[in-house]
Amino acid sequence: MELEKFHYDNKIVKQFAYATMLWAIVGMLAGLLAALQLVWPIFNFELPYTTFGRVRPVHTNAIIFAFVGNGIFMGVYYSLQRLLKARMFSDLLSKIHFWGWQLIIVLAAITLVLGYTTGKEYAELEWPIDILITLIWVVFGVNMFGTIIKRRERHLYVAIWFYIATFVTVAMLHIVNSIEIPVSFWKSYSWYAGVQDALIQWWYGHNAVAFFLTTPYLGLMYYFLPKAANRPVYSYRLSIIHFWALIFIYIWAGPHHLLYTAVPDWAQSLGVVFSIMLIAPSWGGMINGLLTLRGAWDTVRDSVVLKFLVVAVTAYGMATFEGPMLSIKSINAISHFTDWTIAHVHVGALGWNGFLTFGILYWLLPRMFNTKLYSVKLANMHFWIGTLGIILYAVPMYWAGIMQSLMWKEFTPEGQLKWQFMDSVTKMIPFYAARALGGLLYLVGALLMVYNLIKTVKAGNFTANEEASAPALTKDYATHGSEHWHRWIERKPIQLMVLSLVVVAIGGIIEFVPTFLVKSNIPTISSVKPYTPLELQGRDIYVREGCYTCHSQMVRPFRSETSRYGEYSKAGEFIYDHPFQWGSKRTGPDLARLSNKYPDSWHYNHMLDPTSMSPGSIMPAYPWLLEDQVDVRSTVGKIKAMKRLGVPYPEGYENQAAADMQKQAEEIAASLKKDGIETLADREIVALIAYLQRLGKDIKAAPKEEVAKLTN
Amino acid sequence: MKFINYLESITGIGIYPLISLIIFFSFFTIVGIFVYKADKNFIKEVSNIPLDDNNA
Repeated sequence: MELEKFHYDNKIVKQFAYATMLWAIVGMLAGLLAALQLVWPIFNFELPYTTFGRVRPVHTNAIIFAFVGNGIFMGVYYSLQRLLKARMFSDLLSKIHFWGWQLIIVLAAITLVLGYTTGKEYAELEWPIDILITLIWVVFGVNMFGTIIKRRERHLYVAIWFYIATFVTVAMLHIVNSIEIPVSFWKSYSWYAGVQDALIQWWYGHNAVAFFLTTPYLGLMYYFLPKAANRPVYSYRLSIIHFWALIFIYIWAGPHHLLYTAVPDWAQSLGVVFSIMLIAPSWGGMINGLLTLRGAWDTVRDSVVLKFLVVAVTAYGMATFEGPMLSIKSINAISHFTDWTIAHVHVGALGWNGFLTFGILYWLLPRMFNTKLYSVKLANMHFWIGTLGIILYAVPMYWAGIMQSLMWKEFTPEGQLKWQFMDSVTKMIPFYAARALGGLLYLVGALLMVYNLIKTVKAGNFTANEEASAPALTKDYATHGSEHWHRWIERKPIQLMVLSLVVVAIGGIIEFVPTFLVKSNIPTISSVKPYTPLELQGRDIYVREGCYTCHSQMVRPFRSETSRYGEYSKAGEFIYDHPFQWGSKRTGPDLARLSNKYPDSWHYNHMLDPTSMSPGSIMPAYPWLLEDQVDVRSTVGKIKAMKRLGVPYPEGYENQAAADMQKQAEEIAASLKKDGIETLADREIVALIAYLQRLGKDIKAAPKEEVAKLTN
Repeated sequence: MKFINYLESITGIGIYPLISLIIFFSFFTIVGIFVYKADKNFIKEVSNIPLDDNNA
């Protein structure tokens, strides 16, 4: 057989590696800032651009899509070429992919800081960027499949299956969740409302974890762990089961983010069952990774790369054991809305994604630069500082989460709630401080790595095009024993992709279709009316400022919550909420029943200086809301968009909206004046107050017997 | 709202759980059988793909 000569493209791998390091630092800095803001609100700097509500999405997006995203592409572009014995399909596509992705990241950072957001967690980016993401993702897909087609290795190694499943599922998730109606260039409304929006969003959110943070990294594990240990994976058979079981089951688990909410009961149960089943494939994968080192554990002592990989896989095992546990309804009742969730995701992000990426970087860069790592000692230091950072981060957050929950739920013997919500906030401060320290340590470790790798790169000699040779694939294929159907699939990438898509689509379809088709799934409430134009503008300000990052709008049916907040939330309350704003974390109290709890003037003063109304509050101040004018011109477009989404405003209402808005604003200005506050009616604060005073107003006005009927 | 309300209105609903069971059972059985019966040499060959560095 004649050997063909070709070259692996290392340049693209190097570019993605540099981007990974850069965005790691940026993302972690944003996280550290957010952590400090929760200890000392002064770190919000009283600027719109640097408040927690905007910094937090910057942090999550930077870590997920910029740091981990570039990490995925770095690992995929390196391993795919070698597993297929072929250069990437097109250097041009590689280039477009790299620069396109960096452009998306920069646009994301700018727009999020400016407050352009859809208000849906981990999918905050507005529609023009959503379209750009789709295009670049397709470029990645074409490049990957092109490479697979011109490969010189007949079999597709399991890592590549994970890459294919990642590509197809992320495409599906992103497109379905991002369907929105543009109002202007940087503003859109989610196509879905309320319960449906929540189901879609958490189907997306959960599977972003599954197919962006997990499957591609499992692919990387299946390549780089054997590589670093220099031995094949423990059981290739197990990896086949791991793959199919994982993608088959993962996609169903989304509703576990919505337990005890207004989502239909059956959807919640479905989410729970599949979440618990997920332990099996997840642990199958973890065991497969760890057992790869059986009989070779001594090498871990000498190899800093293996140390990082082993801790990463162990963290994966811990997080994927905890995940199903947190999906059990009675445990979720305790953990949901608390810092427990924050601890859980950071074991995954810092341990699994972070450490796996660091391990790969330490392995990859010296190799591509034909040199040795500049300082093994420094890398070991990074390992220990990083590990300590994870522990210092996670332990206080677990503690804080459980404490919050216990405080929220504790009653006195007389049957009164024992604690004010504020008590649960002030008690958290030391834990938040410890968490910030943990995050700082982790960041210091990452900086050590960047320094170490820059030194390595400087000392090395880069091979941009690595020479390789392999025989071309022949048409005739001699099988070992009998031909088997699975080999038919795994030799044919397109079949593999289609089958993966079918497998992941089933779960989503079964969860959504009934909610969309069966009208009685969301029983309507007669008193629930569309938002007034002023309230709608106020709601957009609420979304813009990222209030949902700290406040929920979802009272769960527990005595502790109905005593504290009021009537628990019903599906029918949210039918005009594009997007839904249930939130996932209560750093501050739930707002679903806020209407009439405080006078307008309370809100005015509270937004200007939260501690003046709530001593001990760690909420940022929003002084600009008192100065800035509401963009009245946008009202017509917003009402029109809402009408197109099926919100029943009367015919031609968009022309009357401005007048109605003016009227309601003047009423609020007058009510403020009575309490001695002079403000113009056209300020943003007035619109926001209108919205806040609307929250829960409809259900409070609903006839008692109608609410009672919804109770089971 | 209990899902049973909507389920009961579908005709022939009794067959659904059976179909689900069959899909799941056969899916995992087929994967299981394949994995069990897969040829040793084939498994070995594929699992060694990452280590096959004729270039380095």
